[in-house]
Amino acid sequence: MMKTSMVCIACPLGCKMEVETITNGNTRYIVTGNKCPRGEKYGVKEMTNPTRMVTSTVKIKNAHLSRLPVRTSDAIPKDKIFECMKELEAVQLDGPIKVGDVIIKNLLGLEIDVIATRSM
Amino acid sequence: MEKYDIVVIGGGPAGLAAAIEAKENGASNILIIERDRELGGILQQCIHNGFGLHVFKEELTGPEYAERFICELKKQGIRYKLDTMVLDITEDKKVMAINTVDGLIEIEAKAIVLAMGCRERTRGAINIPGTRAAGIFTAGTAQRFINMEGYMVGKNVLILGSGDIGLIMARRMTLEGARVHGVVEIMPYSGGLTRNIVQCLEDYQIPLYLSHTIIDIKGRDRIEEVIIAQVDENRRPIDGTEESFKCDTLLLSVGLIPENELSKSAGIKIDPITGGPIVNESMETSVEGIFACGNVVHVHDLVDWVTEESRKAGKNASAYVQDRLIREKKPISTSAGKGVRYIVPQKIRLENVEKNLDLMLRVDNVYHRAKLVVKDNDKIIKVIKKNHLAPGEMESITLNLEDLERVVGKEITVALQQEEV
Repeated sequence: MMKTSMVCIACPLGCKMEVETITNGNTRYIVTGNKCPRGEKYGVKEMTNPTRMVTSTVKIKNAHLSRLPVRTSDAIPKDKIFECMKELEAVQLDGPIKVGDVIIKNLLGLEIDVIATRSM
Repeated sequence: MEKYDIVVIGGGPAGLAAAIEAKENGASNILIIERDRELGGILQQCIHNGFGLHVFKEELTGPEYAERFICELKKQGIRYKLDTMVLDITEDKKVMAINTVDGLIEIEAKAIVLAMGCRERTRGAINIPGTRAAGIFTAGTAQRFINMEGYMVGKNVLILGSGDIGLIMARRMTLEGARVHGVVEIMPYSGGLTRNIVQCLEDYQIPLYLSHTIIDIKGRDRIEEVIIAQVDENRRPIDGTEESFKCDTLLLSVGLIPENELSKSAGIKIDPITGGPIVNESMETSVEGIFACGNVVHVHDLVDWVTEESRKAGKNASAYVQDRLIREKKPISTSAGKGVRYIVPQKIRLENVEKNLDLMLRVDNVYHRAKLVVKDNDKIIKVIKKNHLAPGEMESITLNLEDLERVVGKEITVALQQEEV
């Protein structure tokens, strides 16, 4: 039995939680301190496969700014963040772009897209 | 002279929400004045996610959050002027503004909503010793350069101040290939949201130096070295604890100040603690018919609360121009007791409270297992238990109308009580 303390980042409330790992037979996790079900999900995920949403920008031409903000359509594994940044570096867009437009389809084979977060 | 029912000063999240809500509540002739080249305010440079969980029940980035409001504003046909600077507002609600198309504009308004937001404290405001080398930016300026204009501001970075913008920029600079040597915080606790410490610092192994400050900046043209030291409980540097960082860039995230030059020119009373106008239950300032909302009133940590507060201001500005705001009786004051830094609103006129009223407040230190106690003289109105309270996290207390109607004194106090262990 092992206890890991963590702060939930599912929303800005930042619940202080404890995740208890129970290893007799098949591994189970008991999350306490969370105020909503998303906290439990986050706690288990942090112990098994931590993921993060990546937000960044890509180059854009024919727009009033030189960078277009983008994000991953879902959270990606933490250890893929810098690979994702490399992919974004290669992108060069031409305006106009609409919010929600897919900028990179199936990023790194993760079945997650990179989408525009504003129209420009 | 142009005439409008409601003039909203500032087209950021506060101004957008106030204008839309005013329109939805029956006001028609509304104008937003924005000094930037586009609407959306600071949200346009906050490309990270975490916005909208309360208002939209989903997690958005800053630009996405802004675009929803901008689309709604356009759908409602609300007018706005960009690249326009308001120079002066008066107590009788005249607005003087200037831009390159109309020249000098004089506008008469029945009501004004102040939504100018806040600005960052700079090096000059905190007197950091050392040379005046290049490479020192406020975190928000760096954020705008990187996220909108497309300029990287440095390679080896130190960040002073652990407010949210500093933490967000620590991650942002790291992702863009810079090395962030650390975040230095003079207080023994961070001023930012806990979730930002986790996902911006811990995720990237960026050290947080609590109870530390900068004691010297070296470099002639560009910064070359920054020296930090630990501070004692009086925030004085402790000899022998110095540590040096070879860096070319220093970001400052050392606080935000509500931008109230215009409020002052209209003779509006300012709360010395919040730095923003004293407001009542309707978000009306000390000058009748001038309302205020968002970071110009007090600095918020979540845009969702800015939206909520601004909707209230917009709705009441609309009620005011339609003569539906009641203003006869003497208001009840709210007073910050022990452990509480400030409360917004500062005045309550019960006649204008519908079902309940939210008091927004900040505490003055980090507390564990404490209670927020609302009192009318010695009588307890409400008690809220909190496991964790910090100055960086705004708290709210909802009081219902029945509770407020039982108040006999001239003021209600909110104070913090440590729970017995």
